[in-house]
Amino acid sequence: MKYDEALARFEPVLGIETHIELGTASKMFCGCPTGFGAEPNTQVCPVCLGLPGSLPVTNRSAIEGIIKIGLALNCDIVEWCRFARKNYFYPDMPKNYQISQYDEPLCVDGHLDIEVEGETYRIEIERVHMEEDTGKSLHVGGTTGRIQGAEYSLVDYNRAGIPLVEIVTKPIPATGDRAPLVARAYATELRELVRSLGVSDVRMEQGSMRCDVNVSLMPRGAQEWGTRTETKNVNSLRSVERAVRSEIERQAGVLDGGGRVVQETRHFHEEDGRTTSGRSKEEAQDYRYFPEPDLVPMAPSREWVEELRGTLPELPAARRGRIQGEWGLSDLELRDVVNAGAVDLIEATIIQGTDAGAARKWWMNELSRRATEQGVELADLPITPEQVARVQAMLTAGELNDKLARKVFEGVLAGEGTPDEVVAKRGLKIVSDEGELSSVIDEVIAGNPDVADKIRAGKVAAAGALVGAVMKATRGQADAGRARELILEKLGAS
Amino acid sequence: MSAITRDEVSHLARLSRLALGDDELDHLAAQLDQIISAVARVQEVAAEDIPPTSHALPLTNVYRTDEARECLTPEQALAAAPATEGQRFRVPRILDEEA
Repeated sequence: MKYDEALARFEPVLGIETHIELGTASKMFCGCPTGFGAEPNTQVCPVCLGLPGSLPVTNRSAIEGIIKIGLALNCDIVEWCRFARKNYFYPDMPKNYQISQYDEPLCVDGHLDIEVEGETYRIEIERVHMEEDTGKSLHVGGTTGRIQGAEYSLVDYNRAGIPLVEIVTKPIPATGDRAPLVARAYATELRELVRSLGVSDVRMEQGSMRCDVNVSLMPRGAQEWGTRTETKNVNSLRSVERAVRSEIERQAGVLDGGGRVVQETRHFHEEDGRTTSGRSKEEAQDYRYFPEPDLVPMAPSREWVEELRGTLPELPAARRGRIQGEWGLSDLELRDVVNAGAVDLIEATIIQGTDAGAARKWWMNELSRRATEQGVELADLPITPEQVARVQAMLTAGELNDKLARKVFEGVLAGEGTPDEVVAKRGLKIVSDEGELSSVIDEVIAGNPDVADKIRAGKVAAAGALVGAVMKATRGQADAGRARELILEKLGAS
Repeated sequence: MSAITRDEVSHLARLSRLALGDDELDHLAAQLDQIISAVARVQEVAAEDIPPTSHALPLTNVYRTDEARECLTPEQALAAAPATEGQRFRVPRILDEEA
């Protein structure tokens, strides 16, 4: 069913589960390193391979990391809780279980405020719990990479045991046709929040942040929620939005045809934005959770929790409020700066002495345009805030004009060196030598006697043509204002 | 009343990937019933003032410092694997299941 029609008849309810790998040096329960992209099975030991006799010991930094996330999400940090064993038969965990938390999560009852189209939505957080990531399976045979029809699988346990935080929202009702945007805004804000805490690199493309999106529909005006599906493999912010939209359309179609939505896991496909059925939740595994006997309970002292609260940085929402005031931005301008990923860059440029307006102008116009042309993120352009500040300093000092500054950026981005090196190599300095400028103007006047006569006769407006000629002769490196003054002076029209 | 039903044993067998025949189910259901009943006697001594526990040790908050240590070599890690390929554990195909 078409999206608008679906929304006219049904009200969606959302729920989002997010997994975030913490950026600790070692794994959750053993000393194996956690680097991304290592050769298969080079970051494994008896503990994360589940070899007999090995015992896990909890990583303190991981617990600090999850408590920081819990605090930043306004959660209560419980005074006592345990890990639980989640038993299942799937070779991505060699132990045949995953150490997780079940009915005693470490952080509970939080919230995160997000904004969509000028309206604030409070997303309630049900729980934040600690667990370990699983290994990676490579399915061989059948359709490449798909589990269905595979002949066998190859498993790499480097990722098994990496600290993983799961953040679960309460059901999110009453978002109407903004449901996909709300889901995306939540994932975006959560990513920013966790990134600001410095506990994870939250790179969705590398899997260090992954979202599962729950969607259900109920007829408009109904009180009872419909049956939900859980869509997995949603690994970009854009996909979060698309997955919600696609599930709303699909479920509306099912309900409209008199069918019923089956409670199940669905898989998201990046190629066409559709979801397909996975295993049915009604036959879901019975995980036979029980308290993990190899680990003692956690009882974070209130002193420790408050100490960690004291280390929290300025959180993104507070920071946005501050910079909006300091930089004098409208809501729309602020949103553009945030969406462009330019906040850190502009702030770092300002710290180097550039005024807010200029810093924002360069990053949001010239450099954003070039990033878009090259298909890269603004932060990935090969230019630093220090370099941008240097260009602006030269501009302010009158050594460069706007046009030349753009050429300096072009040179820096092309790998020609620092702004000063580019200026030197390309010879971009404004011709500030009065003698040189004066002789160029003499040549231009001599070459344009008609225009010169007009100016002498009082038609000052005609000076523009001569200024243009001077700029051309100096390849744009003259100070146009000064050139104009000199021209008028020489022709006795000033 | 039985502590565990035949259906429950059948369900557990399926979760544990054990293919049990009818005879085996009958046999094991009776045995498990006895075992559970015997273990359940522990509950008879659990009084109001004895809180449930999952650990024998009176400890909380045992943590280690976040330091990377040396791992096994891939050769060591894979040494006991029944099958390997491309430095990975090779496992039989997984039918229609995803964790």
